[in-house]
Amino acid sequence: MSADTPRQARGEAADTGMFGVHGTGDTSGYGGLVRATPAPDRASDVAVPPYGGWFDEVADALAGAAPEVVIHRGEITFRVRREHLLEVLRTLRDGLRFELCSGVSGVHYPTDTGGELHAVYHLLSMTFNRRVRVETSAPEEDPHLPSGVSIYPTLDWHERETYDMFGIVFDGHPGLTRILMPDDWPGHPQRKDYPLGGIPVDYHGATIPPPDERRSYS
Amino acid sequence: MTATKNERVFTVTGQDWDDLTDEIREAKDERIVVNMGPQHPSTHGVLRLILELEGETVTEARAGIGYLHTGIEKNLEFRTWTQGTTFVTRMDYLSPLFNEAAYVFGVEKLLGITDEVPEKAQVMRVLLMELNRISSHLVAIATGGMEIGALTVMTIGFRERELVLDLFELITGLRMNHAFIRPGGVAQDLPAGALEEIDSFIRLMKKRLREYADLCNANPVFKGRLEGVGYLDLEGCLALGLTGPILRSTGYPWDLRKTQPYSGYEDYDFDVITWDTADAYGRFRIRLAEMWESLRIVEQAAKRLEGLDGAPVMVADKKIAWPARLAIGSDGMGNSLDHIRHIMGESMEALIHHFKLVTEGFRVPPGQAYAAVESPRGELGAHVVSDGGTRPYRVHFRDPSFTNLQATSVMAEGGMVADVIVSIASIDPVMGGVDR
Repeated sequence: MSADTPRQARGEAADTGMFGVHGTGDTSGYGGLVRATPAPDRASDVAVPPYGGWFDEVADALAGAAPEVVIHRGEITFRVRREHLLEVLRTLRDGLRFELCSGVSGVHYPTDTGGELHAVYHLLSMTFNRRVRVETSAPEEDPHLPSGVSIYPTLDWHERETYDMFGIVFDGHPGLTRILMPDDWPGHPQRKDYPLGGIPVDYHGATIPPPDERRSYS
Repeated sequence: MTATKNERVFTVTGQDWDDLTDEIREAKDERIVVNMGPQHPSTHGVLRLILELEGETVTEARAGIGYLHTGIEKNLEFRTWTQGTTFVTRMDYLSPLFNEAAYVFGVEKLLGITDEVPEKAQVMRVLLMELNRISSHLVAIATGGMEIGALTVMTIGFRERELVLDLFELITGLRMNHAFIRPGGVAQDLPAGALEEIDSFIRLMKKRLREYADLCNANPVFKGRLEGVGYLDLEGCLALGLTGPILRSTGYPWDLRKTQPYSGYEDYDFDVITWDTADAYGRFRIRLAEMWESLRIVEQAAKRLEGLDGAPVMVADKKIAWPARLAIGSDGMGNSLDHIRHIMGESMEALIHHFKLVTEGFRVPPGQAYAAVESPRGELGAHVVSDGGTRPYRVHFRDPSFTNLQATSVMAEGGMVADVIVSIASIDPVMGGVDR
């Protein structure tokens, strides 16, 4: 799961980094220490009702989807299973007046077995001046989530970006194609096992090697 | 001209529009598909538009983006939390201080130090953000004017923007890409003479801002090009997630500075500007009026800074506060000789502390936070995730340009091809922010 796995998988030595940087490109001087990457909001963080204030009102309305509630730094997160996602979004929009969706943001937790790919939605109720976060996840083997475009049309480009960067397939999206990377780009760059740099680029039929392989500095 | 199976492809390189129209006149088919950009002076950077035209009417418009994608969000994960400001400032290059602010508010939320940031740092952030709003709106108006042929608006817009950039250079050391707002405060105290410069800037701007109103507000050509163009009502705005001047041009006074104040905005006296026409002209008038409001805030912030001489600009917690005192020279920000003397000659502990904090960085408790600021283009949000380490686990920017650009189709379709330019200019997208 360290960032240099693909390089090693290609059968290359791991210490061919640019400008003498080895392995992960860690500039901290502590690159040799491999630390676990636990998913934030671990199970011990799950809050129990009553949550206080308007949090309870929203939580009660979503009780049908049985979300896990996490309250951290004054922000409330509803962790829902992917089959409940659309129902939750619709309830929030129609029942609780969360008129604006600020988009979806992907997060990759390679250690969260069975739900490595997280999608995080930020919703804003202008009527009540409230914000909530809805988080759902999909396993890497089956990276499918239902598309929220029918509920929040603004999610169109945001879901395309999340697909582009994380490879999450949003079922029901009107045109799920890459948006930032070139159409024929292999892989999904924001995944944790995707390296920073070191990728050869095809351009007009020629292959340009990554900068650290173009010439030798040793 | 080349011919494929069913279609003919024309390559237009400039000054040959007549040849193209002659060729098309012969053809019976009125429908042509025009690829505009990504290198075109009217597309605000590297935006690509694919327009399907029936005569001069746009039947379909699609925006293609990604030509300026630089992987900033990925890069952030490989650098410390403080170094992150250096990256995010380069996203939306016309409002760098807003990018820094959104990111820093997210990091501070995770650190739980939002309330511990000293007053002077908060006031300086407001001052810089509002100056930045003025410079950003000036570019929006200047480039928007240029695209419809109002070149004077362009030249005077960039003339005034230069004044703001001079102030930035004085205060932060750089005209753009400042990396000045840091987790815990700001990088540097206000330099000597800055308040006098700000004061003379305010007095000059009060004269100069009137010129835009005199040139444009009632100008029949200007109004003819802008009025009723790029119409999008409140319902459409919310469905497509549009915020900022576009949302306020529908008459809805939604401004995060008022509704969800941050950095002490509740202490300033200013108005939220709205318009009721939901078109490009309304957005122009909003931007113009917002510069006056920003000037009011700058005035109040400068007044407060007079009373905060010598106050701290960085959080007191030594485990977070950047140890180096930097000096601002003629060539930008650099090392402070006093600080170098202290760590290299006087205190071993100070050297260790400096080394640990600057190379390894501080740890941020695990969790996730979303911080949003009202940037010149709307809600700029930063979703910041930490796994407890010294580097961000994931940072995602909800950039308003990216979201607002989705409205290209609804604003342009059914209108004339010349109005596409006006619609895009009224969205005011900055491709650095769109593609990140």
